[in-house]
Amino acid sequence: MKQFIARRIGYSLLSLLLLSLTIFLFIRLTGDPASLLAEPGASAADIAAIQKKFGLDQPVWYQYIYFMGNLLRGDLGESFYYQTPVLELYLSRLPNSLLLASVAMSFSLLLGIPTGILAAVRVGRFWDTVGKFFALLGLSLPSFLVGLLLILFFSVYLEWLPSSGSGGFLNLLMPAFALGWYFAAAHMRLTRSSMLEVMGSEYIKLARLKGLPEFKVIAKHAFKNALIPVMTLAGINLINMINVAVVVETVFAWPGIGRLLYEGISFRDFPIVQGVVIIGGSMIVAVNLLVDIVYAFVDPRIRLEA
Amino acid sequence: MLNSTRNSASSDVMPPLLELRNLSTHYVSASGSRVVRAVDDVSLTLHAGDTVGIVGESGSGKSSLALTLLRVLPPAGRIVSGQMLLDGDDLVPKPENEMRRIRGKKIGMILQDPMASLNPLFTIGDQVGEPLREHEGASRSSAWKRAIGLLKSVRIPSPETRVTQYPHEMSGGMRQRIVGAIGISCEPRLLIADEPTTSLDLTIQLQYLNLLRDLQKEHNLGLIFITHNLGIVAKMCNFLAVMYAGKMVESGPVSQVFNNPAHPYTEALLSSIPRMTENRRRLTAIEGQPPDMSNLPPGCAFAARCPRAFDRCRTEEPPVFTPAPGQTARCWLVAPESRATGAVS
Amino acid sequence: MSVTARDTAVANAGSVREWLRDVPAIPFLILGCIAFAAIFADFLAPYDPQFGSLTDRFKPPFWQHGGSLAHIFGTDHLGRDVYSRLIFGARVSMVVGFTAVIVSGVIGTVLGIVSGYLGGWVDQVIMRLTDTWLALPALTFAIFLAAIVGPSEMNIVIILAAVYWTRYARIVRGEVLSLKEREFVRLAVVAGCSKISIMRRHILPNVVNSSIVLATLMLGVVIVTEASLSFLGVGVPPPKPAWGVMLSDGKQGLMVGYWWLTVMPGVCIMLMVLSANLLGDWLRVKLDPQLRQL
Ligand SMILES: Nc1ncnc2c1ncn2[C@@H]1O[C@H](COP(=O)(O)OP(=O)(O)O)[C@@H](O)[C@H]1O
Ligand code: SF4
Ligand SMILES: [Mg+2]
Repeated sequence: MKQFIARRIGYSLLSLLLLSLTIFLFIRLTGDPASLLAEPGASAADIAAIQKKFGLDQPVWYQYIYFMGNLLRGDLGESFYYQTPVLELYLSRLPNSLLLASVAMSFSLLLGIPTGILAAVRVGRFWDTVGKFFALLGLSLPSFLVGLLLILFFSVYLEWLPSSGSGGFLNLLMPAFALGWYFAAAHMRLTRSSMLEVMGSEYIKLARLKGLPEFKVIAKHAFKNALIPVMTLAGINLINMINVAVVVETVFAWPGIGRLLYEGISFRDFPIVQGVVIIGGSMIVAVNLLVDIVYAFVDPRIRLEA
Repeated sequence: MLNSTRNSASSDVMPPLLELRNLSTHYVSASGSRVVRAVDDVSLTLHAGDTVGIVGESGSGKSSLALTLLRVLPPAGRIVSGQMLLDGDDLVPKPENEMRRIRGKKIGMILQDPMASLNPLFTIGDQVGEPLREHEGASRSSAWKRAIGLLKSVRIPSPETRVTQYPHEMSGGMRQRIVGAIGISCEPRLLIADEPTTSLDLTIQLQYLNLLRDLQKEHNLGLIFITHNLGIVAKMCNFLAVMYAGKMVESGPVSQVFNNPAHPYTEALLSSIPRMTENRRRLTAIEGQPPDMSNLPPGCAFAARCPRAFDRCRTEEPPVFTPAPGQTARCWLVAPESRATGAVS
Repeated sequence: MSVTARDTAVANAGSVREWLRDVPAIPFLILGCIAFAAIFADFLAPYDPQFGSLTDRFKPPFWQHGGSLAHIFGTDHLGRDVYSRLIFGARVSMVVGFTAVIVSGVIGTVLGIVSGYLGGWVDQVIMRLTDTWLALPALTFAIFLAAIVGPSEMNIVIILAAVYWTRYARIVRGEVLSLKEREFVRLAVVAGCSKISIMRRHILPNVVNSSIVLATLMLGVVIVTEASLSFLGVGVPPPKPAWGVMLSDGKQGLMVGYWWLTVMPGVCIMLMVLSANLLGDWLRVKLDPQLRQL
């Protein structure tokens, strides 16, 4: 167990290292990183100053150590546009992103789990086909398109919901739906397959052999077991949602991290773009690690393996 | 079909505990193109207190037969014909809700894999007491108390603490006992054990078999014991049924079949009996592969591997013959006319 | 199990006719139409997709009041013909989508084979890299890259390939690990074939099916990502008529109800992605039942 956790932590650190290396190298891939790190329209003197500041006149390995040193101190640079440290900006937007992601997650689970169970229980029959179609639709309709269509329908024609901004509960509805839509499909698929797997297990057979009615077999013995992987995915997806909300947040002008990323792109504010990517990637590596460790505690089989 | 070696006294007065008549179960693939006759025209009689051993290679349809008896087949499985009389009452046409009252109540079953048979998320006490709550309307607390008693009866030490634990806290042998306790919790008349010891190690196997035998004596259970291992049959059973490719190719009292096997397949099995100490060596000593169950050859399914096969075996399927009183076999060798001429072999 | 499945697939491939009989007709037709539009865009489009007359701005589709058959799907904020832009947009989607899928598929398959077959530190390096890259949300990663290299069609292909090759590598590697243990590969090793020739002649043909299935499934993902990038302004650069760009432009008319600027390209994206996914699902069942879990 200890060994297992130690190894997983080792892998995660390695992943973080590779992540930083990837980002570092990509920035240098285009030639002169100073042109990225400098404000658009900076003078030659400014660029030279930046080269000096980031040690860009030094050898590459030195630059990497410098880059890592900054990262480890939590220094992600300063936004050109806002003139504030990127980390500060990120943290100020995080609550909004979390709020949106939580509502979107609730929505996707409320839609995905019941339909997934229905599809599994009626596998190969009518409701399964309907479910499959919706899952496919969920994966095929990009979230920004869903968002635009929602605006068209609920804001422009019906005039029920505000098309953008934040503040009220009503502001939250459409972006949460647009963001949750894709994940609802993913959660439905996983619920279905996990449910099918559980339904084929020996303990479900035994539950039936005990003479339990089918409803109890499903509601008591299958449901809880089938939900474990779904909840795990939901946990991971909550973090994913924060990071993929960029289009939805852009469509609805929701002031979260995605919107920050979009601003970073449109103002050519590179430190923001870089910071969001680094924090996002690290968050996901951390969550994966957490999930693995929690799983190791919950699932005795993993413990035995280690 | 029964004879005097069996220990049931009242066989002529009462209907047998279980009687299977020409039972067939098929698995049909989703497209309908592949049909596996997993149980094909099987007949068998069992009295209270009897232990029937069912042997056969992996894939010969033993588990399918057991699942058919309780009507818990996977979605692809269908009982296509035959009768299953429990105390003279046919189970095949029973509506599902009546069938449910038989499962766990009148017929208990022990599944093959003790590691996977228990739900990892519920306590042992909950799972052992569940049939009691379902069938006898026992309250939570009385089911819990009786679960402790049941664990005691399957010889689990300190049952009071065990009931509060979860499956992953138990060893394999202990879990299999718990599954056994679930099987007998409502004092069924018939217990089906599907290879209950295959995954256990040797000493634990022996303990478990003794336990099952004691339970059977104590409750006068009818026991259907499915196994790979003829050594276990010799120890546990008084009646033997041999399955091959979904058919019951031979059946009869254990001593009779062991001394005078009528079917070449049984003969081959007997000559390759693994002793209890050779747990790993299963019934694999027979040359050749078992046939493809979805594409059986015409004639006798064993013909390709049978050392005594002759022309007729490859074209015509042997029906059930009675080579001796109480013994049946599906083999042309024991057909009355071939024995009369004594020509073959 | 997997052996029989693959053998059947191969056997089926023999009788092309039987094969074609249960191709899902509608998605196949839709993709066919889009491909046709992409190839013959110059002949099919009535107008230049990049220029319009400002006097014809925001004309609705012909069936609505104020619309005319001159612009059947209306015009946008610069007076450009929506129908013509959609047709040329099909070309962008097709070219970017297919090139990106092929490039990432080739890179991922090759690295997956090398990683799985050679094992050892090569495997470790490639798999760690794959894990790390998979940890980055694809869209965010793509945006990051786009912000570095700047918008152009060519760059989009490179970005999409850089982001998505990992999926192929993962799956192909898994297959190679089991292929390695198979009889014919062992025989080839015993027969003294070189590693390269074993990978090329014995491993590659056996993983190609999975790569193709995955590529079909990825086509939809790639197109959505391209559209998202274009929508955000870091994809195909603006005057070019990509569907994502059209959606981005359409935002200007959205609040005043110029629905066709959003719905038309939206429907095109949806139809194409849906068709690719349906076709991919069908291929998956047909060629490689093992991939069902994905
Ligand atoms: N769910 C199923 N669907 C289709 N075929 C099955 C299914 N379960 C078992 N079979 C087939 O039925 C035959 C008998 O299987 P089984 O009853 O499990 O045999 P045994 O218990 O003797 O090993 C085998 O050929 C097996 O492939
Ligand atoms: S019928 Fe023929 S092939 Fe079949 S077991 Fe008897 S002798 Fe062998
Ligand atoms: Mg079995």
